[in-house]
Amino acid sequence: MSTPGTREATVPTAAALALGDDALILSHRLGEWAGSAPVLEEEVALANIALDLLGQARVLLSLAGDEDELAYLREERSFRNAQLVEQPNGDFAHTIARQLYFSTYQRLLYGQLATGDGPFAGLAAKAVKEIAYHQDHAEHWTLRLGDGTPESHERMQRACDALWRYTGELFQPVDGLDLDHAAMESAWLDSVTAVLDKATLTVPTGPRTGAWAAGAGRQGLHTESFGRMLAEMQHLHRSHPGATW
Amino acid sequence: MTSDGWPLWEVFVRSRRGLSHTHAGSLHAPDAEMALRNARDLYTRRSEGVSIWVVPSTEITASSPDEKDPFFEPSADKPYRHPTFYEIPEGVKHL
Amino acid sequence: MTAVTAGTTGTTGTPGVSDAAVAATQAAYEAVFDAAVAADERIEPRDWMPEAYRASLVRQIAQHAHSEIIGMQPEANWITRAPSLRRKAILIAKVQDEAGHGLYLYSAAETLGTSRDELLDKLHAGRQKYSSIFNYPTLTWADVGAIGWLVDGAAITNQVPLCRCSYGPYARAMVRVCKEESFHQRQGYEALLALSNGTEAQHAMAQDAVDRWWWPSLMMFGPPDDESTHTAQAMAWKIKRHTNDELRQRFVDIAVPQAEALGLTLPDPDLRWNEERGHYDFGPIDWTEFWDVLKGNGPCNDQRLSQRRQAHEDGAWVREAAAAYAEKHTGKHGEAQA
Repeated sequence: MSTPGTREATVPTAAALALGDDALILSHRLGEWAGSAPVLEEEVALANIALDLLGQARVLLSLAGDEDELAYLREERSFRNAQLVEQPNGDFAHTIARQLYFSTYQRLLYGQLATGDGPFAGLAAKAVKEIAYHQDHAEHWTLRLGDGTPESHERMQRACDALWRYTGELFQPVDGLDLDHAAMESAWLDSVTAVLDKATLTVPTGPRTGAWAAGAGRQGLHTESFGRMLAEMQHLHRSHPGATW
Repeated sequence: MTSDGWPLWEVFVRSRRGLSHTHAGSLHAPDAEMALRNARDLYTRRSEGVSIWVVPSTEITASSPDEKDPFFEPSADKPYRHPTFYEIPEGVKHL
Repeated sequence: MTAVTAGTTGTTGTPGVSDAAVAATQAAYEAVFDAAVAADERIEPRDWMPEAYRASLVRQIAQHAHSEIIGMQPEANWITRAPSLRRKAILIAKVQDEAGHGLYLYSAAETLGTSRDELLDKLHAGRQKYSSIFNYPTLTWADVGAIGWLVDGAAITNQVPLCRCSYGPYARAMVRVCKEESFHQRQGYEALLALSNGTEAQHAMAQDAVDRWWWPSLMMFGPPDDESTHTAQAMAWKIKRHTNDELRQRFVDIAVPQAEALGLTLPDPDLRWNEERGHYDFGPIDWTEFWDVLKGNGPCNDQRLSQRRQAHEDGAWVREAAAAYAEKHTGKHGEAQA
């Protein structure tokens, strides 16, 4: 049993930030849909997912420090989220492809974390149920868009292709997480392939990582739209230093 | 009644184990699977339920209000269907 | 038209029945309806109801539903800029509730034999209204607080009596809405309180928001009783339980002490307690502005409607895809085939 004070020392901060930032940033992107979802029922669904993720982010960031300081006062280079989650919403197909790729990964990841006795086990055990629903939502929509109309098929294929190159990064080792990344990656490929097949979509064939040697999100290197997103997210908080809300 | 081809579904929610499903409202969904998910999101987002049924609205046959009297009045004169109809001697228990 | 939702009138156009007989049946139905309303019984979807009652309900419920979904916009405007993660979670949940409330209300309207598509088309074409309050902009974060406190406060004052409305599905939807909405007003008040007690800049932001939202909130109760075209009939049918002016006064009486506790001023020099009436007196409302915004000249009328139309148009291919998929994969019992 850990005692108060030592627990914090055992939380791998880098890992808490990586997982926390993934959840924070994806939740932000989903929040951008509010008021513009394709149908009212989907407003409710997307908001549910955004709220689950935001809840996860708050727990994780609080393990690493003050949640608001971390969310609002870090510079772009200090964020450790994978590039996949910061990708703009695009059309609904892009949002669903992003959800499919990410929730499948996150479910495998949290599934592993939940079975261990590490610092994330408790959080992961709760979150994995939420994520199961996110994955279910993404799969159902992938089937409907992929096997719906010719237009939806084309849009969904384009989205799957476009986001494919951000999926390799998800399986890079994260400091402080002792996981079998190779096994996760092959399980992820199996799962995504099965869904895409069923949805009459073609599994993308392009590279799964970018060609840029400088690195990616886990190293603090992000894509162009991310800075703009952060500017919007942080602006108000930063305009009133020290204020409480 | 469709929303771009999405039919209307009636939603029934069991609020906790031991209770019946109760009509909660309706929603639009393209098919039964999505109707269930939409119902979960809409009608149980404050933990209001443990089980959900969805039924296409068109599949429900309702008694007509015009038939109100013949449908429901006969039962009113059958008080012997209710336990309070019977007189039991004082002191007899577990009846 | 579906079995459970269709309104049946049952008396029109029956062949071989004389006009006099039809009129007599009609009168009998009307008597049953009037007696039910008088006895405070609920009218249910398949009951006979006067066409004017049906039309009036559709108009009111649709306007209410439209207000919920248009009302998502001014607040969603701040989701991506919410200044703390706690506030952000609250705001997402609140805007989500508004979508949910819109759905409950559209469902209630559908029981009257009108489809959501039809209602949305009318909204998009500008042929049905939504609450004018949402044609005002949310310029600062404090507006989110002011909307919660004042706009939701006014809405709740309006809505609580609707839980006893004579039309069952509307009343039931309102019970659910009111239960869920109780957090909306409190979160707004709390957000404003934090600002009022915060830095000088935050306090000023809060005061500015209250200055802008106070009068439009009073207008939410609708025109004064002597100019309200719908009130008398709506009250006779027990769709409405109190007049616009009664509800407005009730709201002012509640809000004044709340403003004092916030440490903020309400922008009305005529606001003072009237011992004799047992109510607060307040200054004249600028009805010119009210009618002008209603006519479409508010600061955000075009913007709100355009965004709604855009979302609907952008979503068309998604809705079509799901319908097409269901068509391909649905068995005879509506179950999507694995």
